[in-house]
Amino acid sequence: MRAIKASQLLVVGVASALVLSACAAPADTTEGGSGSTESFSIAYQGPLTGADAKYGEYAKAGIEIALADYAAAYPDGPTVTAIYSDSQGDPAQAPALAADLINNADVLGVVGPAFSGETEATEPAYSEAGLVTVSPSATRVSLSEQGWSTFFRVVANDGAQAPAAAKLLTDVVGAKTVFVIDDASAYGVGLGDGIKDALGDKVIGSDSVEKGSTTDFSATVTKVTASGAEAVYYAGYATDAGLIQKQLTAAGFEGTYASGDGSLESTFIETAGEASEGAYLTAAAGAAGDDFVAKWDALTVSDKGSIGVYSTEAYDAAWVILSGIGEGNTTREDVLAWVAGYDAEGITKHIKFADNGEIDGAGGVYYYLVKDGDFEAPVAID
Amino acid sequence: MEFLIGNFAELTITGLVLGSVYALVALGYTLVYGVLQLINFAHSEVFMWGTYAVVWVLTLLGASGTSSLAGAAGYLAIALVAAVLMSGGVALIVERFAYRRLVRQNAPKYIILISAIGASFVLSEIMGLRDKIAGFLGLQGVLGDYVNNPRNTSTLPVEIKPEPVLQIGNYMVRDTELLIIISALIMMFVLDQFIRRTSFGRQIRAVAQDPEAASLMGANSTNVVRLTFLIGGVMAGVAATLYMIKVGATGFNVGFVLGVKAFTAAVLGGIGNLRGALLGGLILGIAENYASGILGSEWRDVTAFVLLVLVLLVRPSGLLGESLGRARA
Repeated sequence: MRAIKASQLLVVGVASALVLSACAAPADTTEGGSGSTESFSIAYQGPLTGADAKYGEYAKAGIEIALADYAAAYPDGPTVTAIYSDSQGDPAQAPALAADLINNADVLGVVGPAFSGETEATEPAYSEAGLVTVSPSATRVSLSEQGWSTFFRVVANDGAQAPAAAKLLTDVVGAKTVFVIDDASAYGVGLGDGIKDALGDKVIGSDSVEKGSTTDFSATVTKVTASGAEAVYYAGYATDAGLIQKQLTAAGFEGTYASGDGSLESTFIETAGEASEGAYLTAAAGAAGDDFVAKWDALTVSDKGSIGVYSTEAYDAAWVILSGIGEGNTTREDVLAWVAGYDAEGITKHIKFADNGEIDGAGGVYYYLVKDGDFEAPVAID
Repeated sequence: MEFLIGNFAELTITGLVLGSVYALVALGYTLVYGVLQLINFAHSEVFMWGTYAVVWVLTLLGASGTSSLAGAAGYLAIALVAAVLMSGGVALIVERFAYRRLVRQNAPKYIILISAIGASFVLSEIMGLRDKIAGFLGLQGVLGDYVNNPRNTSTLPVEIKPEPVLQIGNYMVRDTELLIIISALIMMFVLDQFIRRTSFGRQIRAVAQDPEAASLMGANSTNVVRLTFLIGGVMAGVAATLYMIKVGATGFNVGFVLGVKAFTAAVLGGIGNLRGALLGGLILGIAENYASGILGSEWRDVTAFVLLVLVLLVRPSGLLGESLGRARA
């Protein structure tokens, strides 16, 4: 019995050795063959699955268009591919993914992190590794105050969004009393506090719900209806934003409901259903132009995402990195220096970064009204 | 505090609604614990699969638009049957593959516990990867409406508009809320009577008391265990339907948090005790609402678990503390 086992082991051992060597052989030749043209990667870090998966889909559209433009603009440049790293937007899952990207020597820059919470969780590591990140959508104000040398964003922060959202509620909606709810996330608290500051004594109540910990918001709903507020602003993400609005409407709330860029995606309308009619969503992002949509239509890759909020910002973020690679910056250090010194027209705005990574001269803030089950074209808040 | 007093009726009623769902799911934990002294961690996913059955069957029937509760009654009745079949079926699958062999071979409890946790992940991820699975089977085209975007939120195709029907204190109770509380109470009553009065119920209690003696007396313990899982699954199916009426949206990971709360409710009331599960669920739902009202919604989970610890400090066996086996006929 023992002898048979030993011989079986031997067979397995020999077989695996053969398999390994068989695998190794072609790998060697490939490497030899591709020595002349270099190949690098840019990475995306953000939610591709989970409740906020739409943001990843939207960003993917922008990144894929940028890659196509890169191939056309730098036909002799290194081959660049995109690595999509799915953090689910979760600060707890992101650090392990960031470590993988940092350890992958081919990665020269990161488009992302998509959300503020995951940025807080991963940026120290990126900063230490000197791997540049350009976020299309992380808007918490304090992100640029941490001294991270690799942090850049091509979007105005919530310091711009919050006062504009407050203005929307008072001037456009005409609300005299507002109830502010945040979702206790890095993004939600920052935005919610900004709005409370901007609204001052028009805020007649506030509550904080924990993202993902419940789908029943009855206590919050009771607080809103008992307060008699004319408008509610929810600083958080789409699924919860939809559930809260639905439950508010079911409880007889007839005021105006507004939320931020975190909820500006179709999941919000699907979840809230008919209740979402007339809701306002604010974002420091305008609509994609016809050119952009045409380019997206022309893409031949099988999985090209879809166009939505921050698609164009993702394009700009990717382009900042890609153009650097195309211009011959093929180390992380060079790409970082390239991004820091970048000064050119983007498709959303002129892209030039301040020392803290903020975009110099922020773009406008817009609101999107929900009508007939879809977002209407954005209107600038001024 | 003033807020709590001013809105006492509303906070209590909405707390009871959520508590009713907790209670129905808690039954699954408590029944399996009562019979096997094991915690079925896969039960939360049994519930989650039920919520999807509701979505799928309504999609299949072509339901759309908005409707009052009464107007959607036909759809919801069919959805209830589908959810009960789905949850019951999934519960039986869990019993067959994650439990039966290990229980028969008297495997240590921690091994069965791990097996159940594994089953929970498998069930959740199958749901979260259902587009890939349909792809393997070449069915993605046919099943597109049911399997696309598997990790996003899935919403009920018909939107149910609650109507105010009854005034309690200063709160107008909605028809959906009334339906959920009453349905949960009816299900609890029926189950309680079933366990106490029928011969199946007697067998369940016998096996819970002493599996060996029960099998000597002619109770087939494998059948009893299977029946216990089935009943737990059926209750989870009812809970899933009620949950979808209230919340209207689900996801592949929706089971986890609700499962933890329902399990907490079962322990709070005394695990292994049916009436304890009801009491635990309702108390938990109300306590969460009161705490959210007084302290802020971010305190609801803290309060739920502090309450659990306090109750267990005073009564380690939970509020009602009596086991399934010792329930009187």
